Amino acid sequence: MGTAPGTPPAGPRPARGFPAPGRRPPGHGAGRRRARPAGSALLALPAVFFAVFFGYPVVAITARGLGEGRALEVLTAPGTRQVLWFTLWQAAASTALTLVLALPAAYALARFAFPGRNLLRALITVPFVMPTVVVGSAFLALLGRGGLLEQLWGVRLDTSVWAILLAHVFFNFSVVVRTVGGLWAQLDPGQEEAARMLGAGPFAAWRRVTLPALAPALAAAALMVFLFTFTSFGVIQVLGGPRFATLEVEIYRQTAQLLDLPAAAVLTLVQFGAVAAVLALHAWTVRRRETALRLVDPERTARRPRGAGQWALLGGVLLTVAVLLVLPLGVLVERSLSGPDGYGLAHYRALFASDGTFLVAPWEAVHNSLRYGAVATLIALVVGGAAAAALTTDAGRLVRGFDALLMLPLGTSAVTVGFGFLITLDAPPLDLRSSWILVPLAQALVGVPFVIRIMLPVLRAVDDRLRQAAAVLGASPARVWREIDLPLARRALLPAAGFAFAVSLGEFGATVFLARPDAPTLPVAVARLLGRAGESAYGQAMALSTVLMAVCLLTLLALERIRPLRAGGF
Amino acid sequence: MLLETTGVTVRFGPRAGRTGRTGRGPAPSAALDAVDLTVAEHEIVCVLGPSGSGKSTLLRVIAGLQRPDAGTVRLAGRDQAGVPAHRRGLGLMFQDHQLFPHRDVGANIAFGPRVRGETRAVTAARVAELLELVGLPGAARRPVASLSGGEQQRVALARALAPRPRLLMLDEPLGQLDRGLRERLVVELRQLFRTLGTTVLAVTHDQGEAFALADRVVVMDRGRIAQSGSPVAVWERPASAFVARFLGFRNVVQAVVRDGAAETAWGRVPVPDGSPPGPAQLLIRPAGVRVGETEHAVLRCVVTARTFRGDHVVLLLTPERGPRLEAICLLREAPREGATVPVGFRGEETVLLPPG
Repeated sequence: MGTAPGTPPAGPRPARGFPAPGRRPPGHGAGRRRARPAGSALLALPAVFFAVFFGYPVVAITARGLGEGRALEVLTAPGTRQVLWFTLWQAAASTALTLVLALPAAYALARFAFPGRNLLRALITVPFVMPTVVVGSAFLALLGRGGLLEQLWGVRLDTSVWAILLAHVFFNFSVVVRTVGGLWAQLDPGQEEAARMLGAGPFAAWRRVTLPALAPALAAAALMVFLFTFTSFGVIQVLGGPRFATLEVEIYRQTAQLLDLPAAAVLTLVQFGAVAAVLALHAWTVRRRETALRLVDPERTARRPRGAGQWALLGGVLLTVAVLLVLPLGVLVERSLSGPDGYGLAHYRALFASDGTFLVAPWEAVHNSLRYGAVATLIALVVGGAAAAALTTDAGRLVRGFDALLMLPLGTSAVTVGFGFLITLDAPPLDLRSSWILVPLAQALVGVPFVIRIMLPVLRAVDDRLRQAAAVLGASPARVWREIDLPLARRALLPAAGFAFAVSLGEFGATVFLARPDAPTLPVAVARLLGRAGESAYGQAMALSTVLMAVCLLTLLALERIRPLRAGGF
Repeated sequence: MLLETTGVTVRFGPRAGRTGRTGRGPAPSAALDAVDLTVAEHEIVCVLGPSGSGKSTLLRVIAGLQRPDAGTVRLAGRDQAGVPAHRRGLGLMFQDHQLFPHRDVGANIAFGPRVRGETRAVTAARVAELLELVGLPGAARRPVASLSGGEQQRVALARALAPRPRLLMLDEPLGQLDRGLRERLVVELRQLFRTLGTTVLAVTHDQGEAFALADRVVVMDRGRIAQSGSPVAVWERPASAFVARFLGFRNVVQAVVRDGAAETAWGRVPVPDGSPPGPAQLLIRPAGVRVGETEHAVLRCVVTARTFRGDHVVLLLTPERGPRLEAICLLREAPREGATVPVGFRGEETVLLPPG
């Protein structure tokens, strides 16, 4: 008896430990009905933050500029078309070059186990948070007049577009490695092995199995790189010379040098439109990324390279990183140590002395940067965390649109934001012009998108039934969040904080408008020192840049130690 | 009644609850269609049905995890509309346990008492008591990832029992375990619930599990209750062809009752005395199919397959007319595969079902 046709157990058995995203057991369709009012309440905080500290200043400054009705004139000027064209093609070229150079590194870091892997992973992230002005100078020292390349082979690249493209690769290398490599490390190698067993060659297996699985991450990474290079400012300022200007550089020129606010406003809107289009595309790919993939623990997919081919690949990756990422940073350190009397710490010692140009000793900037960075990180964590939590509980179309909206600060002219702060936040009830909080607020704007991008996948991966289990056991919604979501998201909290801190340290475009003369941040102090004549000032700038680099490196290294940033997408 | 649901209805689709479907296509079917269910204090009720019959949805509605489109859920006479899941005082054991991965065994079990404000000492005592009860003494510090399937199941049970729920609900409690373990645990569970006096509502697709565990079985079919009764009653008198087939009976055919016998594709089959004449469906239990009968044989069959079940054999027979038949005979009397055997029917092993 009791021997009737037995139905097999429903669904595959879930893996132990943390559930992987996109692998809800079948038959669980009721998740769609969980629109909680808490979601909208959580959304209020980031919404208000962005309205007041982003929407309002940017809209105010653009409205002021557009008031004079010169939009058509600016738009049709041949100069504008030229700038737009250059902005577009250099962004496309930079993106393509970054993908080509960074994909092998993404693969190597995802699939090879070798000593120093975590150090390498931290190292490639450093450029991303370096102040743009410093990177420009480093590449100038490498490729420009009297630079290393000229000393060795008599070649100069600073007058060509290559310097810009290489600097962009330098910056965005880690975007591709982390976004694509993070997913790559979690793809089940068994899938490719299955394809091999069915008769596909190694390349065919990769192209037909792995590449399609990676495609959404690839698209997301490409879009991010495109976005960053499309709005590039510091690099072009230093390396572009009179020939090359992006929209952002042109906006800065119109605002700060020609004082032509209307022209700057029109260009800001053009940039805005382009960025919004890119972000819409991004939102679309993110949605497509939600297709279920077989994800596994990244620790299990990596193994020692085997055979000459794999060692050659790893060697090539290390060489690329050495030449492209370490060399410019090395030149930076070298310049910081080289004084008129040979190598020494003279420039570092000079940082502690106060002279006429600075109201305070340049060393003070370290203290300021750390303090501002800490506050900015806190703001970014609270605002970004609330947004990520809201986006997890509620997946309506409106909310998804808000997701893309929160990315806008990444693509908006920092110059516009900084200038907008100055002209809008100077009247009651928000008279913050003389307050130090302006700087961390502006920096937090750039940090929030990173916090969201890092927290969201982790929060979304929390199985909703864990929350339900807690609720049935008697936990209120707030308690569920505290007892389930927060502990499970804590591993993402640290990387998110690290990134927010690092980008706050490196923020330049808005901070340069907002930092008080007696309280410069590190990048602002570097820029000031670079603007001064003399060997000593240049050396001090390099020394201060080295300090900034060291702070970033230590932060990221500490985070890698606590918890390797595995799935860290942007 | 501790639990009483009246007319509980849940429709499929995100917007089905509001307007129904507009345009072409079939009307939205219901996950639950006007379900009335009662569970008395200390009773163990098992909802049985194939996957997709709505049984898990029913649990979710009672737990407060899903709002019904219509109908009410009462606990001890109180309407639960608007009462959130965490205030209903129920226990739910999820199909795949859903142990909290970031807490150890003890902390998982302590979760319920803790969030309900029990003191540390009381909670610790309760954890120790429950670990003892489910047979895992001293396992409090173990990480949940180190547990085997059966151990996870025990921890999930201890966690659900820890806050002393008024009603314990089990969603496929043993679904993930292998057969041997399942058969042992189901006996343990029944003894445990009897001892504790727990009121239990379980859902399962496995009739063996349901009949071993329950005081009362409720069979569900596409969102409706098809039959409710004691395991013996349901087993002896299935209320419909669906229930009979779901219980594993193969021998169900169209029939017309006339003069104390049913006319079927297999010929005339005797039926119990007093059966009303007219069209019906007829269930013949395997034990009612007599193989090797020569005196009252009505049919010749070829033995197509033999399945061994301990001391008896289940035969699959292909008759000269009509659908295939299932029969049971003793091991030593079993004909070989391919043999042609005469077959007769026994009236007391037949059940008349409503016409299909």
